[in-house]
Amino acid sequence: MQYEHILIRYGELTLKGRNRKLFTTQLAENVRQALIKFPAVKVQKNHDRMYIVLNGENPEPILERCSTIFGIQSMSLAIKVANEEEAIKEQALKLLLDSKNIRTFKVSTKRSNKDFPIGSQEFNHILGGYLLNNSENITVDVHYPDLEISVDIRTEATYLTSKKIRGAAGLPVGSSGKALLLLSGGIDSPVAGYLAMKRGMQLEAIHFHSPPYTSDRAMEKVLDLAEKLSFYGHSVKVHIVPFTALQQKVHREIPHGYSMTVMRRMMMRISEAFARKKGILSLITGESLGQVASQTMESMYAINAVTSYPVIRPLITMDKTEIISISEEINMYDISIRPYEDCCTVFVPNAPKTKPRLEKVEQFEASLIFEPDIEEIVEAIETVEIKTRESQEQELDDLL
Amino acid sequence: MIYLDNSATTKPDQQILASYTKAATDFFGNPSSIHSIGMDAERLLRKSREQAASLLEVNHQEIVFTSGGTEGNNLAIKGIALQHQSRGKHIITSSIEHPSVLEACQGLEMLGFEVSYVDVNKSGLIDIDSLKQKIREDTILVSIMHVNNEIGTIQPIKQIGEIVKQYPKAFFHVDHVQGFGKVSMPLYECHVDLCTISGHKFHGLKGTGLLYVRNGVKFYSLAHGGGQERAIRSGTENVPGIVALVKAMRLAKEKQENITTKLPVLQQKLINHLEKNKRIVINTPTEQVAPHILNFSIPGIKPEVVIHALEQYDIYISTKSACASKSTDESAVLIACGKPRNVAISGLRISMSYETTEKDIDYLCEKLDDIIQNLRKVMG
Repeated sequence: MQYEHILIRYGELTLKGRNRKLFTTQLAENVRQALIKFPAVKVQKNHDRMYIVLNGENPEPILERCSTIFGIQSMSLAIKVANEEEAIKEQALKLLLDSKNIRTFKVSTKRSNKDFPIGSQEFNHILGGYLLNNSENITVDVHYPDLEISVDIRTEATYLTSKKIRGAAGLPVGSSGKALLLLSGGIDSPVAGYLAMKRGMQLEAIHFHSPPYTSDRAMEKVLDLAEKLSFYGHSVKVHIVPFTALQQKVHREIPHGYSMTVMRRMMMRISEAFARKKGILSLITGESLGQVASQTMESMYAINAVTSYPVIRPLITMDKTEIISISEEINMYDISIRPYEDCCTVFVPNAPKTKPRLEKVEQFEASLIFEPDIEEIVEAIETVEIKTRESQEQELDDLL
Repeated sequence: MIYLDNSATTKPDQQILASYTKAATDFFGNPSSIHSIGMDAERLLRKSREQAASLLEVNHQEIVFTSGGTEGNNLAIKGIALQHQSRGKHIITSSIEHPSVLEACQGLEMLGFEVSYVDVNKSGLIDIDSLKQKIREDTILVSIMHVNNEIGTIQPIKQIGEIVKQYPKAFFHVDHVQGFGKVSMPLYECHVDLCTISGHKFHGLKGTGLLYVRNGVKFYSLAHGGGQERAIRSGTENVPGIVALVKAMRLAKEKQENITTKLPVLQQKLINHLEKNKRIVINTPTEQVAPHILNFSIPGIKPEVVIHALEQYDIYISTKSACASKSTDESAVLIACGKPRNVAISGLRISMSYETTEKDIDYLCEKLDDIIQNLRKVMG
């Protein structure tokens, strides 16, 4: 059976009232970007659904690629037929006979084109009867059919579909603004980024790099994670923060019990300053309540005090096991567990305060001059784009 | 040169050699070294592993790079036997396996394991009933080859896998050395736990190969050391060799369609020609057979003489498998298939590759006719 179209159903988007167009336009753009390697395909947007016109491309890899795009509720391979009874019958029969291991079927007609002369109920009977008469050992089951043939009679044409393939749901990436993800390379932060993307956020990532305490491999890991994240929406840029000098300073000047809290506050300050510069309006972290010393209520209070930015914490109420299972599902886990130190683990004191007091933190910081350091650091941030990385990867691919 | 001994080894592809040289030059670091030179090698190794896994449609953690077929087979058989001997000490294999399987099993017999050999029929096909009779509660390993290296018979791997699966203590190992790139064998679908592949059989390099080890299968290492390759096979990874292997795998997969459409035609052409000569016995079966191998005997004529005679025309074929051709003069595979001794000692094997052309086969047929006619005059 030669399918010519993939039908894409929007999820929640259809609820968005007058803003709907913004969402669907973003989704169409994301789908186009994702399918850039299939130059023949065309994306056609309608107000309540979208069609990918295959133009001879094999649908399988396209379905697979689209299965990670947020904002798609489900997809089906579709056959486009003229609005004529005989043509519909002929193609529906082909579809039925081509399906394997089918004992029962059902026809569901939707007729939004009221110019079509036969009502949807009546057409169910006509088509169902025709299919029964022209097949063997196949019966109708309206409750639990092996195959449901959907007939969608629209103004421009009729679309026949059978199997529904589940989409990634959520909102199209880019439709909910942009956020800066603090990406460490561990298990949590990429999952936090993924969940934020699922609600339509476009991400850029910021990573704190402290050579020689942290290695190139740790950075490599972060870039690998960002690349995986890119798969769910736009290409994710990674901004690399040269953090060594400030981290050493904090370690030297601040009492050890408080150095972690101060370091985190520095990270927040740098992230906010950088986001401001980029016009980004929120920060995302992978914090989960109670997981480590910096993620107690007291710590978060003390750390959050340095920023007026919204700090989004998608994992805050999740168990570690839940986070791990998402991480595995989105193929990040294997990368996250590569055993390289990141900046949060290098200077970790033996006994960080789990209940730091804000007044004390501020008191310790008062004797430290760090504002120029932060300005300097923000200026020195280097950005790695996944695209530039692709050319390096290309060198390896060429060998293989 | 008309090279028709591709089951012994193939001519390395120039692109693969180029990749090998570049990887050996530019990525010489030890993947375990923590500096960036080590990191570059590690990245290349990781990419290679991912590509190998995706070509085999398995997980990248299930790939163990080895030095080739013999190591892979030994590792699989001994590694499983030694690890799981407390569950049972019974192993099943067939009578037509490659020496690296048979000898490994015999080695285990000396350590107190019991080995049962499943019979094959005239076509070299495993007798499924015989397998069902021989498999027991204390069987820990069944090792069966996919494509026979001497006569080309394809074993019903999926059917065997389903039988082994009913015995939860038993692992299923498949020697896929002759099959890869010629006959598809989906590993998960066939319930394979371990699978051996060798790079130089599909235009890669000698000393390269891999063993697929299904996730969750525990193993006794035969090479203890630095813990590389999931500690199943320690030793600094042969990164350029691995790159060459994986590239060869990709190219072989890309050419597989070409092989499965072109070679059966050439194979049939050979059969049609050889069948005309009443003195020739064709040993390769007509069904369930790989497209690249054709085995036949000319009883009464020493196979070595035919090989050397063809060599004078720059045509290269072989007697039985290269690994076995140094030992006794009869083919154990042909004997197992019930061939009489005069057939079993005169087996000749033609093994083609995607490079083989119709012209090559025509030329071979012509020269073979001449040689047989001349030898008959001399040897009666």
